[in-house]
Amino acid sequence: MESVRTKLAYTVPKLTDYSAAALEKAAGECIAACGSEAAEVRSEAELKLFRDRWMARKNGILTQINDLWLKGAPKEAKREAGIRVNELKARITELVEGAHVAGEAGDSLASEQVDISLPGVRRPIGAEHPVMRTWREIVGVFQRLGYSVAEGPVVETDYYNFEALNFPPNHPARDTQDTLFIAGQQAKPQRERLLLRTHTSPVQIRTMEKMRPPIRIVIPGTVHRNDPPDASHSPMFHQIEGLAVDTNITFGDLKGTLDHAMKALFGSSVKTHFRPSFFPFTEPSAELYVTCFICGGSGKRGAEPCRPCKQTGWIEVLGCGMVDPNVFEFVKDNGYDPRTVSGFAFGMGVDRLALLKYGVDDLQLFFQGDVRFLGQFG
Amino acid sequence: MKLSADWIRDFVEISVDDRRLAEDLTNVGIGVEGIIGTGADTVFEVEIGTNRPDAMNHYGVSREAAAVYGVELKALAAFGSSAAAEAADSRGADDAALKRRSSTVALAARGSELPLLAKEARSGAPQTEHPPKTQQAAGFPITVEEPGLCPRFSARVIRGTRIVASPRKIAHRLALLDQRAISNAVDATNYVLWEMGKPTHVFDMDLLEGGRIVVRKARDGETLRTLDGVERKLSSEDLVVCDARKPVGLAGVMGGYDTMITEKTRNIVIESAWWDPGIVRRMSRRHGIHTDASHRFERGADFESTVVSCDLVARMILESGGGGLVGDVVDVVSRPMDQAPVVLRLSEVRRILGEGLDSGEIFQLLKRLGFTLVPEGQGGTQDEAQFRVHIPSWRLDVEREIDVIEEIARLHGYDKFENTLPAYSGAVVELPHAAMDAAFRARALALGYNEAMSLTFISHADAERFESCASFPSAAKAAAPLATGERSAEALRHPKSGSASAAKAAGKSAEMARLKSGPSRSVAGSELGASGFESGASRFAGGSGSGAFRSAAGLEAGASQLMRVLELENPLSEEASVMRTSLAPGMLDMLAWNLNRDVAEARLFEMGSVYGVADGSEDAHVEPRRACLGATAAAVRAALPVGNALDVSKDERAAAAEIFRGFKGDVENLLAAFSGEASYDRETAEYFHPGRSARVLVNGALVGQFGQIHPEVAAARKLRQDVFLAEFDLEALYGLGLRPVKFTPLGKYPAVERDFSFVFEDGIAFEKMRRAVVNLGIEELREFRPVEIFRGGTVAAAKYSVLLRVRFQSAERTLREDEVAQWSGKIVGALAGLGGAQRA
Ligand SMILES: [Zn+2]
Repeated sequence: MESVRTKLAYTVPKLTDYSAAALEKAAGECIAACGSEAAEVRSEAELKLFRDRWMARKNGILTQINDLWLKGAPKEAKREAGIRVNELKARITELVEGAHVAGEAGDSLASEQVDISLPGVRRPIGAEHPVMRTWREIVGVFQRLGYSVAEGPVVETDYYNFEALNFPPNHPARDTQDTLFIAGQQAKPQRERLLLRTHTSPVQIRTMEKMRPPIRIVIPGTVHRNDPPDASHSPMFHQIEGLAVDTNITFGDLKGTLDHAMKALFGSSVKTHFRPSFFPFTEPSAELYVTCFICGGSGKRGAEPCRPCKQTGWIEVLGCGMVDPNVFEFVKDNGYDPRTVSGFAFGMGVDRLALLKYGVDDLQLFFQGDVRFLGQFG
Repeated sequence: MKLSADWIRDFVEISVDDRRLAEDLTNVGIGVEGIIGTGADTVFEVEIGTNRPDAMNHYGVSREAAAVYGVELKALAAFGSSAAAEAADSRGADDAALKRRSSTVALAARGSELPLLAKEARSGAPQTEHPPKTQQAAGFPITVEEPGLCPRFSARVIRGTRIVASPRKIAHRLALLDQRAISNAVDATNYVLWEMGKPTHVFDMDLLEGGRIVVRKARDGETLRTLDGVERKLSSEDLVVCDARKPVGLAGVMGGYDTMITEKTRNIVIESAWWDPGIVRRMSRRHGIHTDASHRFERGADFESTVVSCDLVARMILESGGGGLVGDVVDVVSRPMDQAPVVLRLSEVRRILGEGLDSGEIFQLLKRLGFTLVPEGQGGTQDEAQFRVHIPSWRLDVEREIDVIEEIARLHGYDKFENTLPAYSGAVVELPHAAMDAAFRARALALGYNEAMSLTFISHADAERFESCASFPSAAKAAAPLATGERSAEALRHPKSGSASAAKAAGKSAEMARLKSGPSRSVAGSELGASGFESGASRFAGGSGSGAFRSAAGLEAGASQLMRVLELENPLSEEASVMRTSLAPGMLDMLAWNLNRDVAEARLFEMGSVYGVADGSEDAHVEPRRACLGATAAAVRAALPVGNALDVSKDERAAAAEIFRGFKGDVENLLAAFSGEASYDRETAEYFHPGRSARVLVNGALVGQFGQIHPEVAAARKLRQDVFLAEFDLEALYGLGLRPVKFTPLGKYPAVERDFSFVFEDGIAFEKMRRAVVNLGIEELREFRPVEIFRGGTVAAAKYSVLLRVRFQSAERTLREDEVAQWSGKIVGALAGLGGAQRA
C-alpha cells in the first residue's frame, strides 16, 4: 500500500499562467500522471482507491482542477480555460473508466483477447473457371513464344470447317467430326452451308486469308460435336489451335516448339513423345503424348494402376502436324505458296486437359455452374 | 477395331512379345490402344486413321510390322504353302510393283489355270495342287455397264459344295474379333475381309436368274431386300449388282437377301470387285447402312486384291464344304488403276523434315514399306538428288511427294527427329478486346462471382422467352469475317439503326421472320414483334404461357434489328435445339442447379457469345458477345455490409430495396471499368420483375439490364429463391472503352458536410433530387447522397423520409460559413421544389 502511495505523487498545481501553452502543459502533465497511475493498478482495492482519488466528487483530482484552475481563472481566460478543462475531464474520465486490474503476467490487454480460432469474415471472391484458367495458361505460354491470339466464328461454313482444310466433300474423314449442322441450308451450295465448327482449325484459313506469312497465331475457341453429354464427352467444348508459317519451318521446329510448350505447362521434367496420326489438313501428322503428370510416367499410383494414362505412363495431349500443301493451295494468292513456305499446326482440347490437370472425374461438372465445384478453383 | 496378334504373326516372323509389338506398331501409326487377353488369344484394340484402309486388317498390319523390323512378309497362301512361299519373295517386290499392271492381264489370260494366291501373283501354282474342277466352263458372263464406278470385277464359281459350320480355327479367330460365325461360305468372306481387308460376296448361284451378272445403275422403282432383311427402294443413284432380271446386291455395301447363301446352297458365285469409293459412300449414306465392306470400299481397297481374295474365299469353302471350281477366275478389268509414280526430292524431304536423313536411309525406309525407288536426275549433290517413287497398289492414300515424306518420317520414328525452335521476326498482337475482357472478368471475380460456362444450345421455348440480344450489327457488318485483326474496337461497336422507321419496320420484319422460319420455329413471331432489349420491347406476349406478363411499353425509336434464331439440323435434343440467343436461360438453369442442391448462396457469371441471324440480312449470322451475372437473393443479402443499410424501415419493401441496391452495386462496379456515365430506366425485358429491374444506358446507348427475375418466370423454372440477373451487351460496353486512369490532386482544403432531412412523396425518386441539386451548378458540390431512408412511424403513408448528405469542397481555399449556408439554402429550395418537406 505504501509503495502505491508513493507513486500517487501527482498533486494539482495552482495555475498562474493561463496562456494556451501553459494550459496545454498542465493538462498534459495531468493526463500523463493519470495514465501511469492507471497502469499501476494491481488489485480491485487499488482500483477503487485510484478511482476515488481522481473522480471523487469531494476533493477528487477532477474536482480540485475545477476549483483550482477554473474558479481561479481570470475573467478573460475563463472561456478558454473552460473548454480546456472540459477536454481534460473527458480524457481523465476515459482513462479512469478504462483502468482495470492487470493480469498475472502484468498485461492488462490480455483480458481483451478474442477467440482467434473463430472463422474470419470472408468477403466472397470469385473463382476462375478451371477450363478458362487452363485456356489462359495455354494461350499465355504461346504468347510468350511470340504467338498472337486470333479468333473466328463458331457458326462456320462448310468451306472453312472442311473444304479448305482438305476434307473434300463426301470424304470419310468428315464422318469422324460428328458435325452439328444449322437447319435450312439445303438450298445453298455445299461450301456455303452453315454448321457449328468442329474444331478451331478454320481460323487457320481465315487468318491466312487476312495476313501474309510469316505468321504465328494461337486460336482459342468454342467448338461443337454431336456427342451426347457424359463423363468424358460434351457437345460443346473448347480447343486451342496453333499455327506457325514461315519459309523455314520444319518438323523439328514443330517438335521443339511443342516440347517447350509442354514443359512450360506441365513442368520442366515432362517428356514428350510423338506418334504418327492422321488429320486431313496436316502431313506428316502426329499425336503428342507427355509423360503422365498424375503418375509421373510410372503408370502406377502407389500400388494402384494409374487410370488417366491407362498405365502407359503417357497421356495424349494434342494433335499436330506440318501444314498440308493442299491447305496452302487455298490461300496461295496471299503468299502461301507451298513450294516456298512451310508450317506447322497443332490443336488441343482445353476441357480434357483441365480434367486431367485438376483430376476432375466428370466433364459435366464444368458446365453445371455448381458453386461447390467452381469455388474449389478460387 | 480388333486384331488378333497371333493372326498378324501368320505372315511375319516377329521376335518381340505382343506388348512390344503393340508399342512398335503404335509408333509407326498403327495405334494399339489396348491389349486384351493373352497368348494365342491376344487381341489388339487398334485405331487406324481413315487414310489407312490398307492397315485395317491382319495382313496389312503384318506388312507394317515387316517394315518396322525389316523382315520378310509372307504371301497370302491360299492353295499350297510351297508355291506361296516361292512367290512371296519380298525381295522381288520392287520390280513386282512395276510389273503389277500386266499381272492382271496375265491372270485373265491364264485360262483355266488357278492363279496362286500371293499378293504379287505372277507365276502359276503347280497343277497338282489344284482343287478338283468340273468339266463345265465358267458359266457366268459378267457385264460391267459402269466401268467408271466398277473398274474391276473378279468372280469365281464353285459347284457341288455343302454349307456347313466353319472349322474351329476359323470360328475361333472370328470370335476373337467379336464376329459371329454363320456358315463356312459366309465366314470365308468375313475371314478374308479381316485377313486381307478385301470385302467379297457370295451368292447362291441357283438363285441368280438368267445365268449372268450385270453391274449397272439401278432403275427408279426397283427394290432390293438387303441381307439385313430391309426392303430398299432403289434409284438411278444406286449402283447394283444384278442377275439377268433383278438387283441382287447394293454394290460394295450389302448383298441381297433373296440370293444369299442358305443351308440348301450347293453352287456359289464369289464376287470380289473394286468399287468407286464415292459411289459406295453415297449409297451407304443414302440407305443408312454402314458395313465393314462399305467402310473399306469408301476408303479405297487394294485394286490388286480382287483375284487373290476371290481365291482365298474359294479355298476356304472348298476345304470345309467340298465341291469344285468351275472354270477359271473371271477378272473384268474395265479401267486400270491410275497410280502415277511420285517424284521425291531430297531437298524437299529436308525442307519439311529438316536435315538428318540421307538418300541411302530414305531409300531403305521406303523400300521396307513396299515402295519402289528409281534414282532420277544426274545431280551429284544430295540437294539435287531425287527419286521416282512407285506406289504399292494397297496405298491409295499416297499420291503426292508430301505423302511419301510422311512415310519416311513415320517409319524412321518421329522421336528421332531433333527438337528445334524456329527463328521468328513478327510481332505479337493482342486482340482489341483482350484488355476489356480481362477488366470485366477481374471485376466480376473480385465481386465474388464464380466464372461459369453453360451450353451454347437452348430450347425453342427459351429462345422465345429470352430473346434478349441487344442490337445486332447490320448485314454488311455481320457478313464481315470475325477473324483476328478485323475486330478492331471500332468494329465491336454496333451501329444503331437509330431511325424511327426502324421501329415501324419492326412489325413487318417480324412477320417476315415468321414466314421464313415457319410457324413453329418463329422466335420473332410474337404479336408485338420481337427485338433485343435495346429496343425495350423484347416482349413475347405470345409464345408459351407468358400472357400474364406486362404488355409492351411500345417500341421506341431506335429499335434494334430483329434476329432469327439459328436452329440445328440435327440437335441432340429438343432442349438443345437452337443456338442460344441469350445467356439468361443458361444462367437461370445454373442457379436452379445450385438451389436444387441446397446451395442457397450462388453467384455466377458467364462471358460468351449468343447467336442469331440479323433479320433482313438473309443469312449473315452474328455472334455478339454478352456477359451475364446471376446471384441468388441469399447471396446478395449475405454480401450487404452490416449496419450500413440505407433504408432502415423495418419492412419487406426496405429489405427488397436493400437487396436490389446490393446487386446494383455489383453492376455499377463492373460499369465503372468502362468510360461514360450510366443512367437507368425501367424498360427491361418481360422476364424481369417490373418493379425491381432496370436497364443500363451509358451515354444514351443501352449496355445492359439487370434486376430480379420475374416471379412467374422463377416459378416456371422452379427456382426456390428470388434470383437476380444482370445482362451486359459486351459489344456495346466495350465500345465505350476502358475508363482512362486519370490523376486528380487530393484536396488541400477541408471539406464541409451538411445533412438535410426531407419527406417526399413515394413517386419522387432519388434521381430527381440528384438532378435538381446538380442542376444548381454549385461548383464546390462534391457529393450528394442519401444516407438514410425511412417509411412508416410518423411518416405519412405513401411518403418517405430521407436524410440527404452533401459535401462541399474547394481545391483553392477553405470554404466560408456564409457561402456554405447560401448553397445549403439553394439545395433546400430545390428539394422543396420537388414537393419535399424539410424536417427539423
Ligand atoms: Zn499415369
